[in-house]
Amino acid sequence: MSDPIEVSLTHRMNFPDKEDLLDRTAQGILGTPMDRPEGPLKVSGTATYADEDHPPGTVYGWLVRSSISKGWVTGFNTRDLRAMPGVLAVIRDKRMLRNPAQGQASKAPYQGPAEIFYKGQPIALVVAETFEQARDAALNARADYDDRSAKGVFVPAEAKYEAPRSQQASKGDLDEAMDEAAFAVDVEYHTPSMSHAAMEPHAAVAWWDGGHVTLRGSYQMLGSNKAELADALGISPRNVRILSPYVGGGFGSKLGISHEGVAAAIAAQKLGRPVAVALHRRQQFETTHRRSESRQRIRLSCGADGRMTGVGHDAWVSNLPAESFSEPVTQATPFTYDGENRQIGHHVGRLNITCAGSMRAPGEAIGVPVTEAAMDELAQAAGIDPVEFRLRNIPEKDPSSGRPFSSNRLADCLTRGAESFGWKDRRENGARREGEWLIGMGVASAIRVNMLVPSTARVILLPDGTARVETDMTDIGTGSYSILTQIAAEVLGLPADRVTTVLGDSDLPQSSGSGGSFGAASSGSSVMLAAKAVREKLAKRMDCDPDDLTLKDGYAIAENRRRTLAEVLEGDTLQGTGTIKKGLTSVDHQQACWGAQFAEVAVSTVTGEVHVRRLAATFACGRILNAKTARSQCIGGMIFGIGQALHEEISTDARDGSFVNRDLAEYHVPANLDVPHIDIEFLNDRDPYANPMQAKGIGELACCGTAGAIVNAIANATGERFRSFPVTLDKVLERLG
Amino acid sequence: MDVTLTVNGAQRTLQLDDPRVSLLDALRQRLDLTGTKKGCDHGQCGACTVIVNGRRINSCLSLAVMHDGDEITTIEGIGQPGDLAPMQQAFIRHDGFQCGYCTPGQIMSATAMLDEVRQGWPSQLSGDLGPAELTDDEIRERMSGNLCRCSCYPNIVDAIRDAAQGGDRANAEDAA
Amino acid sequence: MKAFDYYRAESPADVIGTDARPIAGGTNLLDLMKHQVETPDRLADVNHVGLDGIERDGDGLRVGALVRNSDLAADPSVREGWPLLSRAILAGASGQIRNRATTGGNLMQRTRCYYFYDLDTPCNKRAPGSGCSAIGGVNRIHAILGASGDCIATYPGDMAVAMSALDAVVEVEGPNGRREIAATDFHRLPGDAPQRDNDLQPGEMILSVRLPAPLGGKHIYRKVRDRRSYAFALVSVAAVVVMDAGRMSTVRLAFGGVAHKPWRVPAAEALLQGQAPSPDLFDRAADAVLDGATGQGHNDFKIPLLRRTLNAVLAEATEGSK
Repeated sequence: MSDPIEVSLTHRMNFPDKEDLLDRTAQGILGTPMDRPEGPLKVSGTATYADEDHPPGTVYGWLVRSSISKGWVTGFNTRDLRAMPGVLAVIRDKRMLRNPAQGQASKAPYQGPAEIFYKGQPIALVVAETFEQARDAALNARADYDDRSAKGVFVPAEAKYEAPRSQQASKGDLDEAMDEAAFAVDVEYHTPSMSHAAMEPHAAVAWWDGGHVTLRGSYQMLGSNKAELADALGISPRNVRILSPYVGGGFGSKLGISHEGVAAAIAAQKLGRPVAVALHRRQQFETTHRRSESRQRIRLSCGADGRMTGVGHDAWVSNLPAESFSEPVTQATPFTYDGENRQIGHHVGRLNITCAGSMRAPGEAIGVPVTEAAMDELAQAAGIDPVEFRLRNIPEKDPSSGRPFSSNRLADCLTRGAESFGWKDRRENGARREGEWLIGMGVASAIRVNMLVPSTARVILLPDGTARVETDMTDIGTGSYSILTQIAAEVLGLPADRVTTVLGDSDLPQSSGSGGSFGAASSGSSVMLAAKAVREKLAKRMDCDPDDLTLKDGYAIAENRRRTLAEVLEGDTLQGTGTIKKGLTSVDHQQACWGAQFAEVAVSTVTGEVHVRRLAATFACGRILNAKTARSQCIGGMIFGIGQALHEEISTDARDGSFVNRDLAEYHVPANLDVPHIDIEFLNDRDPYANPMQAKGIGELACCGTAGAIVNAIANATGERFRSFPVTLDKVLERLG
Repeated sequence: MDVTLTVNGAQRTLQLDDPRVSLLDALRQRLDLTGTKKGCDHGQCGACTVIVNGRRINSCLSLAVMHDGDEITTIEGIGQPGDLAPMQQAFIRHDGFQCGYCTPGQIMSATAMLDEVRQGWPSQLSGDLGPAELTDDEIRERMSGNLCRCSCYPNIVDAIRDAAQGGDRANAEDAA
Repeated sequence: MKAFDYYRAESPADVIGTDARPIAGGTNLLDLMKHQVETPDRLADVNHVGLDGIERDGDGLRVGALVRNSDLAADPSVREGWPLLSRAILAGASGQIRNRATTGGNLMQRTRCYYFYDLDTPCNKRAPGSGCSAIGGVNRIHAILGASGDCIATYPGDMAVAMSALDAVVEVEGPNGRREIAATDFHRLPGDAPQRDNDLQPGEMILSVRLPAPLGGKHIYRKVRDRRSYAFALVSVAAVVVMDAGRMSTVRLAFGGVAHKPWRVPAAEALLQGQAPSPDLFDRAADAVLDGATGQGHNDFKIPLLRRTLNAVLAEATEGSK
């Protein structure tokens, strides 16, 4: 086969898209509820995840946990462990990680297994011939310590807080606005540490070929992961290849290279054999990232007319010493609601507990439900219907920066959502009862910033008229395989089954990766551009302007000519490379995704148990690329919100910072019976400032707000405000008469 | 010690040097049947569900040696691409999965669960403990031993209801 | 998991009197062995010793130790005569676990105390004399009744709570022959030896559980927990109430999630027995049940929760029977 003919397109988003290409293509596959192309593999157990498809001769590693919370490892029973059956190595290498890398770090996180910063920190890797031998030996590891746990700080109340200057902001005089307001609330809310708890625990298998390492792992962002692993190992990124064809859930927990990847690579190099390291579920809870707990003070004021005059949001979160990440709790507050007088405060405390990092919608996931609950409190104080109160306070432009919105559909979402949900049937607080159950309805806006991240993809049109999409993008359940297939098929006018999408290999062109809900928009745009480059080449071969070319069902049509793609290609392969970069539209416009969420709950007057009876949401997030996977993303996000509202909390022992409920029996992610029917509606929407596809993020938006709607519904049911998440039955019981 | 299992209809003999090997690890690491997933290894998630002698169990909480002579069905034995079982097709049609990691366990569990319903087994929601009607809540309760963090529960319920009510018919329509 | 010797027992005789640890469903034992909380040297696989039948015993029923939870809950005679037992079993765990877990094994289920599971913290149950981390630690799921200064763990199961209320009898055999233990007395209070969960002696094996004649009346098992399914009880109430001419002629109550054993208070039952139901009476019964109840901080809520749940269960059990 001859060399492919290469074409490329790079696009920087400096201006809104006016081309509307995806509204002019003919295939009609984009946006449809197409089944996932990898579905047959996933339902038959043939999709291979990280800890599968082991090379021959693979041996097993198990990480050893620190039994102290702060101090140094001074000795280790390596000799005893080496004498145990099957044990091949006990590795305490200074390149091992303290905690996983943060998202997009592209360099190694804090390294060194000798100094202990939190209980459960990995301090060694034991490798043995079999999994059973490795586990046994690791559980018999004994370290000597210089134990400084007594100096550890384990609870927020004892932490020293920093207030980074760049993360404080104010405008006008909030104190005065609060004093002069007809109605005001000044309330404090608490949210707990939470865990991603993806169903696939982190796992990696590494093998070396000379100075080159291949790592099969469970990661979300292969481009930066490659750089992180290389940096951690002290080798060039050119000598690293990471494979993550299927990722068993991420939610942010697999953004950065993690313990198992680095440890497996070190061990495999040392032993000259492939080494597999899977985190035990309890290790996932205590050594990968958590979502930080938060304390949030919300101050809101409005006039007698229900128009807001002040918005204040101060947040206190935590992380390990020397970690730069801190949960950006207030991220959406500056632009969500009107108010002349504003104040944002951000405070970071240092704790000796498991590293905090990004978890699904870092910031808004906990900031929005809290502000939405406080909004409800203010609406109630002002005697205005909560939906109406929100509608009255939606700003024309970003009230903090003065920037225009690229698009703001919040009012449409609230109005349409209220109608579909039957909001008009909501009664006064405490007015609806069925037997022992109090029934209530609640609303919350859903807001999440929209982002674009550099991304590159290749689209190869083969001589037989089939196409292959190649990028190092991952599919963590979000639907990347589906939408990238659909985008290429749409632009090239191919039935979806003639497009094969290859992902999850760091040797492929570097994508945005999966995170921050920017994956679909960023990697999708790169695929669109790559396909568009090929399309333009086809137009040339058809002797027509690209605008006059119709591609459909494998045919190229221009004027009265209709040829199969194979005929147009004449044995050639066209290889398009597309790159998207963010530009001025991210700076001169405030971009966000919008939604309105509604919940109906029942609260037992006997036990304080809360059941969610109904959830509904209306979203506006630009073009929908696949109606089926988009809906699934939303359902999943909202169920995350059920967990956040009612169940999920990492219980930390205040004496040593350990996570006592670090398993799936005691950390309660929602189970099937906890989840009611959920209605999802997407508004027909386009955001030309977002990217050439005019699509925006979805997966995180859906979990911003749900918990707010649920606690507001609980308030409507009971007449009581609960300001500490999750609203477990003991908290409800305390207030029941 | 030799352990003979009938896995997906084929007899497999394992030479086990170590009785500590769980049924789950035997399937995944020694028989290369990695369709059965390890989510928690402690019976807290259901990802490792297989059917042993006709019943769904958590393969992580069983030793392989305890199953000498048993008949085991894993997801690989339910259906393969090109020849998927109605339940598998229903999961695809209703998008009853996202990341796919809990999916084999969900499908194994659902398959056996429908059999339990056919046998008239009650659940904690079956008020009079009589034969259960397969309401959505009954499906939810009976599937609560399979966690899904992507949280596809509503789609999983739809898929199971569809498969239970004659997914075959829907498949025929799809194929037509 | 420590290495162990494994053998398949062909009959109870292969196990009784030996130092081997019986393994049946394995749903709790293997969980604990993987954490090396349990480290038996020998495992006797008892799945093939028989003892897997449910048979009539006069007006009662004898349930073999190897009867799976699913089979017991679905058994037509159990559903008919002892629905409390079906309901309690079905409120526990998941379909998969109930398909493996056995009658005998479920009685042997150990606590879910976080610290019992954590080898790096003191725990008198796991390592006698090391101390109790739950006291002064996170103790939301812990005991409010019958706890000691050495241990505040709870028995986490559901099935045994119903068996206690039903006056079931556990039949065991040891090297010195057979004996019977009332289900209510099978589990112990922690006292100063919390390492012992129950009264089973070394070398003894559970053969069966005998259910006395059906009581009739209403059978209610109400389990309160953090998730609607697949979660351990914070508090559970098992109740059998038989009404006769507007009075409670028979009352059996047992409580789960609140003590080191299924909690049974004869004084509370006596107080209700023969009386017409009333909220005031229910409240006095709750007083009797909660006599001596002590919270540890995080679990203080269990005291009002038990009271409210009991009141609601009694109201439901006596509703419309006047």
